[in-house]
Amino acid sequence: MTPSLPSGHLLAHVVRFTRLLREGGVVVTPGQTMTFVRALEQISLLDAGSFYYAARTSLLTRREDYDRFHALFVRFWREFDSENSLSELFKDALGLLPAKPRPRPLEVASVPRSGEAQSDKPPVPLVDRSLTYSTDETLKQRSFEAMSAEEIEVARRLLQDFDWRISERPTRRLQPAGSGALLDLRRSFRKALKHQGEFVRLAWQGRKTKPRPLVVLADVSGSMERYARMLLHFLHAFAQAQNRQGVRTVEAFAFGTRLTRITRPMKKRSVDAALLEVGRLVKDWSGGTRIGGSLREFNRTWAKRVLGRGAVVLLISDGWDQGDPELLAFEIERLQKSCHRLIWLNPLLGTPGYQPLTRGLVAALPFVDDFLPVHNLYSLEQLARALESLPERGGPRRSGLAKAPA
Amino acid sequence: MTPSTVEETLAALEAHRYIADKGLAVSVFLALKLGRPLLLEGEPGVGKTEIVKVLADMLSTRLIRLQCYEGLDVNNAVYEWDYARQMMQIRLLEASGERQAERVRHEVFGREFLLERPLLQALKSVDGKAPVLLIDELDRADEEFEAFLLEFLSDWQITIPEVGTVRAERPPVVVITSNRTREIHDALKRRCLYFWIDYPSFEKEYRIVREKVPGVPEKLARQVVAFVQELRKEDLYKAPGVAETLDWAASLMALDAVALEPQVVEETLGALLKYQDDVIKTKSMAHDLLERAESNAVSPA
Repeated sequence: MTPSLPSGHLLAHVVRFTRLLREGGVVVTPGQTMTFVRALEQISLLDAGSFYYAARTSLLTRREDYDRFHALFVRFWREFDSENSLSELFKDALGLLPAKPRPRPLEVASVPRSGEAQSDKPPVPLVDRSLTYSTDETLKQRSFEAMSAEEIEVARRLLQDFDWRISERPTRRLQPAGSGALLDLRRSFRKALKHQGEFVRLAWQGRKTKPRPLVVLADVSGSMERYARMLLHFLHAFAQAQNRQGVRTVEAFAFGTRLTRITRPMKKRSVDAALLEVGRLVKDWSGGTRIGGSLREFNRTWAKRVLGRGAVVLLISDGWDQGDPELLAFEIERLQKSCHRLIWLNPLLGTPGYQPLTRGLVAALPFVDDFLPVHNLYSLEQLARALESLPERGGPRRSGLAKAPA
Repeated sequence: MTPSTVEETLAALEAHRYIADKGLAVSVFLALKLGRPLLLEGEPGVGKTEIVKVLADMLSTRLIRLQCYEGLDVNNAVYEWDYARQMMQIRLLEASGERQAERVRHEVFGREFLLERPLLQALKSVDGKAPVLLIDELDRADEEFEAFLLEFLSDWQITIPEVGTVRAERPPVVVITSNRTREIHDALKRRCLYFWIDYPSFEKEYRIVREKVPGVPEKLARQVVAFVQELRKEDLYKAPGVAETLDWAASLMALDAVALEPQVVEETLGALLKYQDDVIKTKSMAHDLLERAESNAVSPA
């Protein structure tokens, strides 16, 4: 083995290639580029297959980038690689290409798509930040759909300042505590040494707690249009509050006829930029509703990744479902069983005389732990309170046998 | 033996009965050559843990395994003191009239009272050979442990306050696996070489079955693999991994089946599928699957 640095010519190509990857949306650090260069010292440069895999294993960190990498690689190296070894490369690499890439939490890049943004109005300029908001009860009680533009603006600001906290769960990690059920032998022993090995005082440890992850599934179909924008504001305010507290535990999804993950845009600080991005991503805005199908997609692709660690799920929908109620019941049961608590928020629940009698709701409600209204600021406050005071462990849940509340 | 080319790596893995793709061989080879941790991801049951065992065999060195879980802490991952024996030592010292606190402390925190956990063990070479360290299912651990690991993987040393710093004579070969129930921190991932292990192709899986299930008839092996390959195309909650294929083939062997028949398939689906919904669904289309498998087993697509 005689390691020799690739000649300047090749090195320049490597650097150009990593730049191309970055432009293509694959994050590559200089450290990874260095690893790749060192890897090139180890393999035969004449073997296109090894070259390809060495690049892939040292420059990528997730399977989702495999496709993009392949396309960029082929495009770039075709420039100076001979036809012959390139076809060899295809033979080797193509079989390994993933059939269906799966998205993953925290990292799914929001692929910019063409098509116009659905945000119809220009953002209302904020005039005076210091304006103290009205805590007027009438505003709190007013339904979102009945609000004027100014009132919506005030409500928006109210939401932004809201201090959302979600109840904590005990983790398995231990930390020193003043008193507790578990003996901290390591600390106790060190203390004892100060007293000639007498355990004068014992040290204890207790479980560390962390906020529960929150997963929001928001219905953005036609029937929810009046509420959707306000609810996204609410979602954004929530995500931002979590950011301020230094925790990133909100996963957000929008659905109509299909599911779109909108966690990324919700992290944008400006609510208008966030909503613009959501509008761009969500293709089925104000269309039909297939709750069952959307939940099915969620259960398949996302549940394992985002529902761990005692997550709380908020499902925001009016329950007008055009899909198969049986499918909905099946999927919502699965959803309920894999989360800590399933809360259905229904804006229609605030309407006097409303009864949840749609086929979808009747099928789904037996599996919903809490069924709450979400039509005005007051109901959001209630929700905040409910989230803060979730039972630490289990707590009574619906079993699917209960009848839907009248 | 440390392979010196990609081809040698591939051959050595096969000699140890692990059928790998070239991509995986390149990753393994580079991990050994560059001394980088290798991060393996993939659906459960595609052989992530298996390759590490083979790797240790191939290098004829020890395999040290650290199974991750939430709350995994220094006491369980790195080292712990043997408190019972330490206390006894204190009493013994007391009986012999030793009262000087400094001396007692020195005696009690000797190496012989140190219980080594996997990460500390991994820093030790035996016969001049660094071990293979498997950090299994890192996604199950929490962020606190990941942060600790990041430091460990870059410095190859551990500081024990009472003893001092333990350095690796030679850095161990590190393989990290993840089932992706949670995202691993980016900083940690970028320190590693990455490889996603996919489900194998028909040919590869067939070879694996022949290799791992001794005595399986050729025809049965072909049918089993063709059936599983067809099944993976279906919309299931949990598609069967290679591990399940092997279990199934072994179950069929135990039942003296020589060929796949609807009756036998129905009775043994439990070895292949782990969700009742999947079992029901598969039963309803077993006939169709069998037919497709039958034609593929003869001439795999």
